Amino acid sequence: MSDVVTMDDLSNEEILSILDDSERLVPVARGDVHLPLLQGKVLANMFYENSTRTRMSFETAMKRLGGSVLNFTSVGTSVAKGETLYDTMQMVEGYADIAVIRHPRQGAAQYSADAVDIPVLNAGDGAGNHPTQTMLDLFTIREAHGTIEGLNVVLVGDLRYGRTVHSLSHALIRFGAKLTLVSPEALSMPDEIVSDLRSAGAEVFETSDLGDAVPDADVIYMTRIQKERFPDEDEYAKVAGIYMLDANDMHGAKDGMIVMHPLPRVGELHPSLDSTPNARYFQQAFNGVPTRMALLCRGLGVTIPKEVNT
Amino acid sequence: MSEMRRVTAICNGTVIDHIPAGHALQVIRMLRIDTNRSNPVSLVMNVPSDKMGRKDVLKIEDLELNQEELDRLALISPHASVAIIRNYGVAEKRVVELADELVNVARCTFSNCITQNDREPLPQKLRVVSRDPIEIRCYYCGKGQSMEAIVENVL
Repeated sequence: MSDVVTMDDLSNEEILSILDDSERLVPVARGDVHLPLLQGKVLANMFYENSTRTRMSFETAMKRLGGSVLNFTSVGTSVAKGETLYDTMQMVEGYADIAVIRHPRQGAAQYSADAVDIPVLNAGDGAGNHPTQTMLDLFTIREAHGTIEGLNVVLVGDLRYGRTVHSLSHALIRFGAKLTLVSPEALSMPDEIVSDLRSAGAEVFETSDLGDAVPDADVIYMTRIQKERFPDEDEYAKVAGIYMLDANDMHGAKDGMIVMHPLPRVGELHPSLDSTPNARYFQQAFNGVPTRMALLCRGLGVTIPKEVNT
Repeated sequence: MSEMRRVTAICNGTVIDHIPAGHALQVIRMLRIDTNRSNPVSLVMNVPSDKMGRKDVLKIEDLELNQEELDRLALISPHASVAIIRNYGVAEKRVVELADELVNVARCTFSNCITQNDREPLPQKLRVVSRDPIEIRCYYCGKGQSMEAIVENVL
């Protein structure tokens, strides 16, 4: 199957091979090399929820490879008239060769993948999974550390509703990572996920103290406390702004430690951090382009050449 | 006092033995047995059992369970013994086997699951992640489902 709904859809070998493919596609992602591998192919970008980086990087990825993009939002379309996801997907299957879907409801990507025969890539389903983000996260980690094996990774912030950390934690433990989960209790990692991580034999520590976790970290992965996932404002106010990092916090860190963030940030990362060698979040955002190129090619059964000439 | 003397033998129907003690009412709900039906349903709860310590037994007259119904039974009572009775004798013994996937057995309870929209046409699917202890999750959203919730949301 060429759908990517959760990280379980990719074997460890496939993950590493997609990372290798992504690395070769970096010059194409930058626009330095013309490589129209997906000419004539159409991507349906189905966004039922807001997105900046994911939607744009998929669009750039498709266009840099010579393909074209149909952009869909739920506002002003048949969805506003009450069309089911199933029916919308039937229509999309007639218009596009591959679909990327983001949806506020959990399970929507699996549902869409089951509804149609074209490949479906999950670009975030409610508080569920976000596997294409995980691929760019793994790419960023490998770029900095030369490997994704056996690292100390600290995941910080909204671990309950943050879908990026759900997919990322599943993937990292398959490569022997030691995970430290830092969150207030109200936003702790869902029980199902912690149970999965532990039963897979992973070392997982849960704490609410970020300061303790910094000195041993190879990667600190910050996330935004997502206001839109809270049922009421008071609950949000209790936890907003609880974790922040600035340039001074980097003094106690290991050499080579990197700070990542799926963005947007709303105060978790002080701008003073941006100019430190630890900051990788903007590079991480760029890395969405080559990794999504590789995922689009995989979905469409297109092989990336072993040599991409610059 | 033996369990057989608590409830009379049935002429035709299904006997479900070795139900975990206290779960017979859940089994009735899971099997969607119409309690307003005209034929008798006999139920004994918490009777002594050599195998289980205590157990429940259910006797449903004039109803033979099919495989789809047995799948439902396996959720609550994976080690139950099922006998189809015809003319006071055991005509068939049926094996209760928990399938890996339960299709249209119960609705996912998670309020933000895509399947909460009644108009979405694909089937409800639950996945058996672990058998001992039993752990069930929605195939689509991945959320864990408690046995109580499954019984409440039987389709």
